[in-house]
Amino acid sequence: MTPAIAVSHLNFHYPDADHPALQDVSFEVGAGEWVAIIGHNGSGKSTLAKNLNGLLAPDSGVVDIAGMTLAEETVWAIRAKVGIVFQNPDNQFVGATVADDVAFGLENRGIPRAEMLVRVQEALEAVEMSDFASREPARLSGGQKQRVAIAGIIAQRPDIIILDEATSMLDPAGRTEIIRLIQQLRATTQLTVLSITHDIDEAAKADRVILLNDGQIKTTGTPAEIFAYGPELLALGLDVPYPEKLKAALTARGVAMPQTYLDEEGLVAYLWTLHSTM
Amino acid sequence: MDITFDHVSFTYQAGTPFEGDGLKDVSATIKDGSYTAIIGHTGSGKSTLLQHLNALLKPTAGTVSIGDFQITSETSNKNLKPLRQKVGMVFQFAENQLFEQTVAKDIAFGPKNFGVPEDEALALAKRMVELVGLPQSVLEQSPFDLSGGQMRRVAIAGVLAMQPEVLVLDEPTAGLDPAGRAEMMAMFAKLHDTEHLTIVLVTHQMDDVADYADHVLVMAQGALIKQGTPREVFADTDWLRANSLGLPKTAAMAERLAQRGFHFDPLPLTAEELATQLLPQIGGGAHE
Amino acid sequence: MNKLLLGRYLPGDSWLHKLDPRTKLMASFYYIAIIFLANNWQSYLMMFVATMIMVAASKIRLGFFMRGVRPMLWLILFTVALQVFFTKGGAVYWSWGWLAITQYGLTNGAFIFMRFVLIIFVSTLLTLTTPPLALADAVESLLHPLRKIGVPVTELALVLQIALRFVPTLMDQTTKIMNAQRARGVDFGSGNLFQQMKAVVPLLIPLFVDSFGIAEDLATAMDARGYQGGDGRTKYRILQYHPRDVYAGGWMVILTLGLVFLRA
Repeated sequence: MTPAIAVSHLNFHYPDADHPALQDVSFEVGAGEWVAIIGHNGSGKSTLAKNLNGLLAPDSGVVDIAGMTLAEETVWAIRAKVGIVFQNPDNQFVGATVADDVAFGLENRGIPRAEMLVRVQEALEAVEMSDFASREPARLSGGQKQRVAIAGIIAQRPDIIILDEATSMLDPAGRTEIIRLIQQLRATTQLTVLSITHDIDEAAKADRVILLNDGQIKTTGTPAEIFAYGPELLALGLDVPYPEKLKAALTARGVAMPQTYLDEEGLVAYLWTLHSTM
Repeated sequence: MDITFDHVSFTYQAGTPFEGDGLKDVSATIKDGSYTAIIGHTGSGKSTLLQHLNALLKPTAGTVSIGDFQITSETSNKNLKPLRQKVGMVFQFAENQLFEQTVAKDIAFGPKNFGVPEDEALALAKRMVELVGLPQSVLEQSPFDLSGGQMRRVAIAGVLAMQPEVLVLDEPTAGLDPAGRAEMMAMFAKLHDTEHLTIVLVTHQMDDVADYADHVLVMAQGALIKQGTPREVFADTDWLRANSLGLPKTAAMAERLAQRGFHFDPLPLTAEELATQLLPQIGGGAHE
Repeated sequence: MNKLLLGRYLPGDSWLHKLDPRTKLMASFYYIAIIFLANNWQSYLMMFVATMIMVAASKIRLGFFMRGVRPMLWLILFTVALQVFFTKGGAVYWSWGWLAITQYGLTNGAFIFMRFVLIIFVSTLLTLTTPPLALADAVESLLHPLRKIGVPVTELALVLQIALRFVPTLMDQTTKIMNAQRARGVDFGSGNLFQQMKAVVPLLIPLFVDSFGIAEDLATAMDARGYQGGDGRTKYRILQYHPRDVYAGGWMVILTLGLVFLRA
């Protein structure tokens, strides 16, 4: 099966920058997979996202999206297949009302109005914003605006949705709201999700995590494999999942802890065994 | 300098987008030298409360006492400057307030407005840049050439340069990555400890509240619904959940462990505290 | 400030609110044109009554319309005074040198006053009952034929729509920056003119920087969502005439006929 995203030997250098933003980046994302790209601010995550739909053109390397190689001739076809939700909820809201904003991408592609009406309605239902169709953005919360942005993408029926730090400007309630929505969409559609984030809780929901550091892929693995790096993640400017923090605190107190990553439930179970065999 | 709210209510003018997002009969004290956290949902009145701390807003009813200043609905807008010098405000995304050609000039802007001579203000800028952990080399750079995190530090330095007694921080770590967040919080803790600043922190990060604050005010729908030490506030997990407020990760973990049969007293707030309390319960000593 | 910029739209569900914005826009212009046909007491009285009927149909309190007149009051009084003092003819009631108050002067002054007030009432009626966005749509739709001679009507309409959309965002940002600079000791709106102008710099520069940031983000987002310019775009929001728009047209015809019969 063709991978949803295949990137090979991608290099990108901003004109005025001292260092390349991306260096020899290669990875694949399977159709229907949820992959998180994590890394500190300035690690090249967002540059990578913009290279995937031709908002930036790589210096060298190949980007294949759903079997199409990104080039000048394919860029619009590829943009129809890749939707990006950006960081700032306000600055990507083009429409004067919620429904108008969802329709914007459809208008650009010349979708007939009768079909637009159906698709806008469906997309708003999918993100549970139907009641807000005629609201203006000024009257929405950050989380609601991001839901509208996601609806605008769903309406275009893309294969891939990229969340470019889409939750980083939201409050915890908004963040949970968006992550839950993505999980929900994945359960009901074939969407491939690429979430670019430094939120460890968001990354934990992914099937696979790519760790980016200074424009290079440091490592790839399941969330458990990546989180097992523990305090090393701190040195890379990332957070450590809570169970790893507690593990470190216990290890420092002389308790023998397993090397593998334990989620909260696993850690509770492990500690309870220690308690029972005391 | 204590800040006291005495039955303070505030209503926004009808027709503004903030309508309904006011304050209702808030009475509380922010003690001199304390590290007070204000928590609550977006729209709970936190921001409105904050703007009362330096009279950007004046109460519709009740009195706000800030040191020797008494602010009521009658207070005139004149003569508020000395008050604003004493209460430094770092707003959300504070980097948006930068405007000068150089970092040094921007930091000196506040003190100059409060009557500090130019050369003294520039000397202050030098000191403040160091205090916020930036190299002296940024002083002559344009603030707009810096990274987002650095710009925010410059903005904070600009507020510190006013030499306030109280530092008010409105979600100062929003949008920063985890490393940047941790560094920034450590910096505020240092300012609290070494510069003896009273700190007021508005945040959604319950872990930061647990790690740093000594007093917590909980806001909901414009009212102060709870206050106390973090341990007191976070102990009532059912109440927190009923108000859909988050728990610090340690408190949540401790609750999970307690359900399994572990026992904690008092409620641990940090991973270190939790580990210490766990040790005797998992035979920690026996392993050594 | 907010209300001024946003055209003071008052949401409602009156018959006038529901009219197609193009109808309202055209009718307003037409009304302002035909009011110049009125030239005696009878015709002005008819226009006054007609305007009051429209105001009543909007279900909006008269006070809102009065507020529309207030900022124009001095201009109106000045024009009326010119008419009163410089129109010659009929009985002379008072004179001083070349200044005179005459019968014709007084009636002309009263007519001009009436004309001003009615025009302001009708244009206020338009902005009170029509959201700015709908007005923008109406302008686009009415100007659509100009595309044939190369005027980029749809692009201009999108620019207008985005500008309207970002007014609240920028207002919000302005308040935030003003608060931040106030907290750093800036006094907005006090001191002499020079001091006030100086106080605006720490507000304007951050606002410019922020606007450029918004523009850049917005352009990227529009690009990512497949925006390639006006050609080949379809429209989600379309305007549709209803029977009530025909009635509104009929109302204008009746007014015109009434004026033709009643005017001297």
